[in-house]
Amino acid sequence: MVDSTTVLWGQTIVYSLYVVAILVVMGVFTYNITRDGKPPTVKDKLFYTFAGFLVVLGMSLHVVTYNTIPWVPTDVHRGDIEADKEFAINVADHEFQLPEARLMIDCEDTVLFNVTSSDLTYGFGLFRQDNSMVFQMQVGPGRDNEIIWEFHKNGVYSIRSTEYSGPLGYQMIVKDAVEVSGCDVAAGEGGAK
Amino acid sequence: MTFKDTLIDGNESAFDHKTMTPMQKLTLRFVIIGIVYYAFAAIEGMLMRIYQVDPVPFIEDGVIPLAGIDQYFGILTAHPLVGIFGSTYLLVFGAFLFLVPFLMKKPLWSFKAANWTLWTIAGGTFIFWADGFLSHYAPLYTLYWPLPADFDQFHPLSGAIFITGIALVMVGTALFVVNIFKTITYTPEGFEKVDGKAYLKSALGVTGFKNLWKDRKRQKEHLVDLPVAAIARGTVDTALNAGIILFTGVLILVYMVAELFGTSLETTTVDALLYKNWFWWGLDLIADGLVLIFVAGTWYLMASLITGKRVYMQNIARAALLVELVVSWTVWSHHLLSDQGQPAILKIVSGELVTAFELITQGLAFFITLATLWSARPLKLTNELKFLLGGLLGFALAVPAGILQADIGLNRVLHNTQWVVGPHVHVAILVGLTMTLYSAIYYLLPVLTNGAKLYSQKLANFHFWAHLVGGIGMGAFMGMAGLQGMLRRTLYFEGEYFIYMFLAALSGALLIAALLAFLYNIVMTVGLKGALGIFQKSDGDVRELLPVE
Repeated sequence: MVDSTTVLWGQTIVYSLYVVAILVVMGVFTYNITRDGKPPTVKDKLFYTFAGFLVVLGMSLHVVTYNTIPWVPTDVHRGDIEADKEFAINVADHEFQLPEARLMIDCEDTVLFNVTSSDLTYGFGLFRQDNSMVFQMQVGPGRDNEIIWEFHKNGVYSIRSTEYSGPLGYQMIVKDAVEVSGCDVAAGEGGAK
Repeated sequence: MTFKDTLIDGNESAFDHKTMTPMQKLTLRFVIIGIVYYAFAAIEGMLMRIYQVDPVPFIEDGVIPLAGIDQYFGILTAHPLVGIFGSTYLLVFGAFLFLVPFLMKKPLWSFKAANWTLWTIAGGTFIFWADGFLSHYAPLYTLYWPLPADFDQFHPLSGAIFITGIALVMVGTALFVVNIFKTITYTPEGFEKVDGKAYLKSALGVTGFKNLWKDRKRQKEHLVDLPVAAIARGTVDTALNAGIILFTGVLILVYMVAELFGTSLETTTVDALLYKNWFWWGLDLIADGLVLIFVAGTWYLMASLITGKRVYMQNIARAALLVELVVSWTVWSHHLLSDQGQPAILKIVSGELVTAFELITQGLAFFITLATLWSARPLKLTNELKFLLGGLLGFALAVPAGILQADIGLNRVLHNTQWVVGPHVHVAILVGLTMTLYSAIYYLLPVLTNGAKLYSQKLANFHFWAHLVGGIGMGAFMGMAGLQGMLRRTLYFEGEYFIYMFLAALSGALLIAALLAFLYNIVMTVGLKGALGIFQKSDGDVRELLPVE
């Protein structure tokens, strides 16, 4: 199952290749504009082809991610999805108030996190043991901030505020707050669906 | 000449400030103060880089004087504002207040208003910078409600002083806006009467837009040059942005003043999400509006000045500038892709699709500029050309990085990470914008100084390479950390991202070295006497841009 690690590796590869390509293009261009020779006219056709390419590229990115990143359709249609489990979390005075000391999640359950704030704008992010991000959202005061997530790997995750909320906000971390289990148990034995 | 002679009198004594017109002096004052504030922002940035490598010594009381968590976030708040308002605004406004009359071959509408623009922005920046440094008012430039009015963390008086500084910057900005549009439309004394409305329509692109629907014979000619059109359209966003920031400042100020008089106003009266939409709409008029439009306009100007040729696909370039203006009014929602209360339709249309147009408009400006340069081949690789190419490369790297994060799926794991502020923001500003501005500075230096000779080409070369490598390197290492989960606007105490932050700090040191080389080169070019002379009063005619032969 595709998770944020896979997505970000994909992005790293694509963007790195692009960086190398544009550096080469600019290097070759710079070398050539200083060389003698009659400048060939830049044909209008090339310009319009480039413009068309940009349009296709700009639009297709979102089509591709909608169809390949599993949490995008879930997020867009989350109002129509019934969650297997729900956690209501409140944030106040730069502290997360969790319903349980550790939030236990069964593998492949659809989980709704409803995070509210009593005072400031905060963030709510889930992080792996190696500090890489699983997901995050903003937590605005005065409204429900809901995100639905499916977990497909066992692990213990930390919660961290992902939005600046003043100098006190940097310490908003709850280590090992979420545990996902059951992914290594066969579906027939009551494990992963 | 001895070293001492050069230091005092400048390279070959070629610069004499007494030959300068008041407009030349005023423009150079904008440039000098803008560069001083760039140095402020660069030093602040370097301090934060050091904190990011290892914050522990800085937060232990008494180990390092003036350091601490509050100081770090105070710097974090002031740093982008000093960079944008104190440096970029002054450099850009100064250059445009000279270039618009220069290109339109008439005097600036008001020399006095331009002077007020300089000193209100310079003074306002100093006020909010000093306030942030001393009192640690630190709601960040985002000012997410109700943080700026959180008086458990900040004193209302320090907030009120901070907001007053910002308001002064906006007053100076408003004067700039009026001066630019008046200069485009007015008829100076002794000049043939011009149709102000027709000039305004041409500058804003109305004429060009109407021409799209007319056959070639009935099309009206463009009354203003392409760079002036770009300046005028970017100035529209500048005006709107000043209005939004002023309004928001007044709102915050009401809460502060009430608190100072012993009344705590209810912060829930203001809806945080609505406020966030409103404020990002205004902020994006800078980030995705006037910066991109002004930069595209400067690319076109520099390309035509360097080549002596007309800009390739001029009509399309004008149309793209108009599209960019409209895009900048409708693009703000990409900052709210992680706000679950934000309507999905706004996320998709404004946040994703309209934002993708920035790839198109900026991509076309990139292509048009390269094509214009290509048409004049072979070109000498001058400082202005090198830095222009560096600026183009910066945006070629930063805009696609921004488009990636403006996607609902990717934003879920990129928002507020170092990716956003590294490969996108810092590469756009440090490499894209700043190198474009350096290109204009290197070109304008002999024009504004009546022929001062650059002290050292080797130092200029070092300036170019150190800035380019440092800027791209810093963005790249921040981006790598971001892809591994490192957040912006916070601190890590256990060395989680040490190697990336160490390499980013080394890159930052290269940027500082580049700045020092540039400053030394400029001081040795004009001399200390000349540099001080720029701030002495000129008795010349304020209507003259350049000395009369």
